[in-house]
Amino acid sequence: MMARLVKLYRQVDLIKEQHFIRNRIAEENRQKENEAAVRIQSWFRGCQVRAYIRHLHKNAILIQKTWRGFTARALFRQRVKTAYFIMKMNFYNKMAVKIQQRWRGFYVRKYVHNYYARKRYLEGLTRKNEHIRRDLEKFAEFQRRERKRIALEKEEQEKKIQAQRLHFLLSTKQCPGVFNSPFRAEPDEMELRLRTVKPLLVRSAPKERKTPNITPDLSSVMPNRERLPPIHKKTQGPFRPALEVQQQRYRPLEPSLRVATSITALEEAREELKLHEWRTRVIDQTFLPFSNPSRNKRYEGLMHTSTPFEQVAYGTKHFRDEHKELLQGKKQALPSASSAIARKYLLRNEINKRALLLTPLMYAWLILDVATPFRSAF
Amino acid sequence: MSQRQILQVFEQYQKARTQFVQTVADLATRPQNSETLQNAGVMSLLRPLLLDAVPTIQQTAALALGRLANYNDDLAEAVVKGDILPQLVYSLAEQNRFYKKAAAFVLRAVAKHSPELAQAVVDCGAVDALVISLEEFDPGVKEAAAWAIGNIARHNGQLSQAVVDAGVVPLLVLCIQEPEIALKRVAASALSDIAKHSPELAQTVVDTGAIAHLAQMILNPDAKLKRQVFSALGQIAKHSVDVAEMVVEAEIFPAALVCLKDPDEYVRKNVATLIREITKHTPELSQMIVNVGGVAAVIDYLGDSKGNVRLPGIMMLGYVAAHSENLAMAVIVSKGVPQLAICLEEEQEDHVKAAIAWAFGQIGRHTPEHAKVVAVANVFPKLLNLYLDTESSEDLQVKAKKGLKSILQKCTYLPALEPLLYEAPSNILKHVICQFSKVLPHDSKARRLFVTSGGLKKVQEIKAEPGSAIQEYINAINNCYPEEIVRYYSPGYSETLLERIEKYQPT
Repeated sequence: MMARLVKLYRQVDLIKEQHFIRNRIAEENRQKENEAAVRIQSWFRGCQVRAYIRHLHKNAILIQKTWRGFTARALFRQRVKTAYFIMKMNFYNKMAVKIQQRWRGFYVRKYVHNYYARKRYLEGLTRKNEHIRRDLEKFAEFQRRERKRIALEKEEQEKKIQAQRLHFLLSTKQCPGVFNSPFRAEPDEMELRLRTVKPLLVRSAPKERKTPNITPDLSSVMPNRERLPPIHKKTQGPFRPALEVQQQRYRPLEPSLRVATSITALEEAREELKLHEWRTRVIDQTFLPFSNPSRNKRYEGLMHTSTPFEQVAYGTKHFRDEHKELLQGKKQALPSASSAIARKYLLRNEINKRALLLTPLMYAWLILDVATPFRSAF
Repeated sequence: MSQRQILQVFEQYQKARTQFVQTVADLATRPQNSETLQNAGVMSLLRPLLLDAVPTIQQTAALALGRLANYNDDLAEAVVKGDILPQLVYSLAEQNRFYKKAAAFVLRAVAKHSPELAQAVVDCGAVDALVISLEEFDPGVKEAAAWAIGNIARHNGQLSQAVVDAGVVPLLVLCIQEPEIALKRVAASALSDIAKHSPELAQTVVDTGAIAHLAQMILNPDAKLKRQVFSALGQIAKHSVDVAEMVVEAEIFPAALVCLKDPDEYVRKNVATLIREITKHTPELSQMIVNVGGVAAVIDYLGDSKGNVRLPGIMMLGYVAAHSENLAMAVIVSKGVPQLAICLEEEQEDHVKAAIAWAFGQIGRHTPEHAKVVAVANVFPKLLNLYLDTESSEDLQVKAKKGLKSILQKCTYLPALEPLLYEAPSNILKHVICQFSKVLPHDSKARRLFVTSGGLKKVQEIKAEPGSAIQEYINAINNCYPEEIVRYYSPGYSETLLERIEKYQPT
């Protein structure tokens, strides 16, 4: 024991050294060993887990295939059922359609689209149409005849009126009329007509009646005048009030202005107005009414066709007859013996009197106007 | 100066005024004078004369004004702008009947031109004054007032409503019952103008019992009255089934057909319009018209008339045929198709042709039987020409195409379809070939005829895109024949034969 202890004591250093050496070696290899251990462990664990998962998968597949098989079988059974049902329904429908089509065909043929009824209807319609056409044609024909008759009657009437107007052309025993030519075998149609009609009563043309302006004058109405008994038993129509009728009947004489005034009053007044109008005229251009503008338009010669230097007609007129107004002053001085000249002189005096108011142009015109009747006397 | 001379002046002035107004009124009778008169300032001169002391001058001035406004809407506008209307309306209530007549004439002439002018007349309160004039004893005044009212109401629904609100309709119905023909005529025309705008207005007219009175006058000998009466009935009936039935219930029917033979063409046209307006609503109403023989009468009327007058008759046939297969058959049985074909031949105007094309489409679209009748009348080439004619209006082309298409889709009458194979453009050809492809598989004689008449050859020549509808139809036709026959008729077959000769080696 002791020896061993001594031995041990002797070896302490070695052991210590050995301890450190070993520790060092261990430290040196630790990393490597650790890695190796991890590698080994991972491999092992991997194997273990894979085996477990394989086991689980196997079980899952087992469960799934059983379940799927179950459901699929159920579904298939369902499908078969529906397919069978559909097949059945199709068959039934087909059969139903067959039944319906027979029935409907029968029904429609019998009641709705009865071929014979339709045929009958169309035939009936054709007959009705022919009937209507005939009727309308007849009616139109009737109307046409009626119109023709009326036209003929009108023509006849016109001819009759014409004959009445021309009744004076009827031939007499002595003298054949124009329609009864002795060179023809038989008289004209008009002649025969003239013989039948009565002549038109000759009436003078209706006189124009002037509608008088009624001014009510109550003083002239005779209020109390005895009335005559009525001619008819029954009173006729709505009459105007008696007062008004009386008033109209016994209206006092109201001569129109024309009757009341003297016979020359209008001319005098017109003359007066004319002069007045001449004095107060503002515009020389006369107002032309718009009706018949073409007639009212005065002819104005073109400027280059008219000339103040007119050619004197050779040999036909004495030069003194032309432009008399220019010679006026000389003429007045001439002594005159003939009565015509004397009359003219008188007239001219009158003109001179008026001429106080007139422009020279008007004066010249007046003189010319007065002078013209005397030209032939020269 | 004497008193005479003083009076003379007045007398002359009055004479001058009278003469002026009368001359202007005479000049105003000619439309070509109106411009000159306007330029001469006639409006401003006539206006004071409307308030003249002498009634004759007033009336004549109003007459002249009315005549001027009658021709020209510028002058009518000048009347409105010149504030003449209030004067007229004022005196319409006050003056004697002659003046009322003249004033109503001016209002009528102004209101005639445009809705704005009519509105201006209404704004002046003229309607109320006219209503009062309608109650007048004198038929002339009533006539003038009714005429003015008609001219106001004619433009649009609003104006019509304004007139109706013033209570005109019962008075117009009373006017219809008067003995004077002219008054009846104008009142019927005014009712027609009022009723034409909306169902409500038509209902108002119906509610006053106008239909019974109008129906009484349909056999009146006066043609112009008949025109207006039928126009009024047509305008009333056009709005709804209810009023149309009321018109029918007035028992106008066999009697109104007589007027389709009237010598006056406007009477005929208006009767046809009335029948058209009634038939277009329901199959029952159409059936009723057919049963009284209306279709035959209308077809005869188409034969008697010319031009635009035919249009309502043609449309009536179209409407009747559109309702049902039976009614279309009734049109065919009444010999409507040949008559329409004659109309198509004779008519020149595009819109009438378009109506005829439409009517044919309506008649032929029901069954093969209907289509065959239309086809036999040789309508297809005409419709095709109308469709292809570049001078046809767009509407006519569309209608011709639609009509042709709807008949073709039912037509199984091959002899009529054959010519279309050669002439029709591809969009029509499609339908033609479709019909062939439907008929040929079931008809051996037709197959034979189709080959001998060269139809098959024509079909082979058509260049169709593969997969298109037309190609399918062509294939369906080709399947009805042995392959070598189809090949024989294919274009280029002779060349392939020659090629075979070249390749052939004699042994």
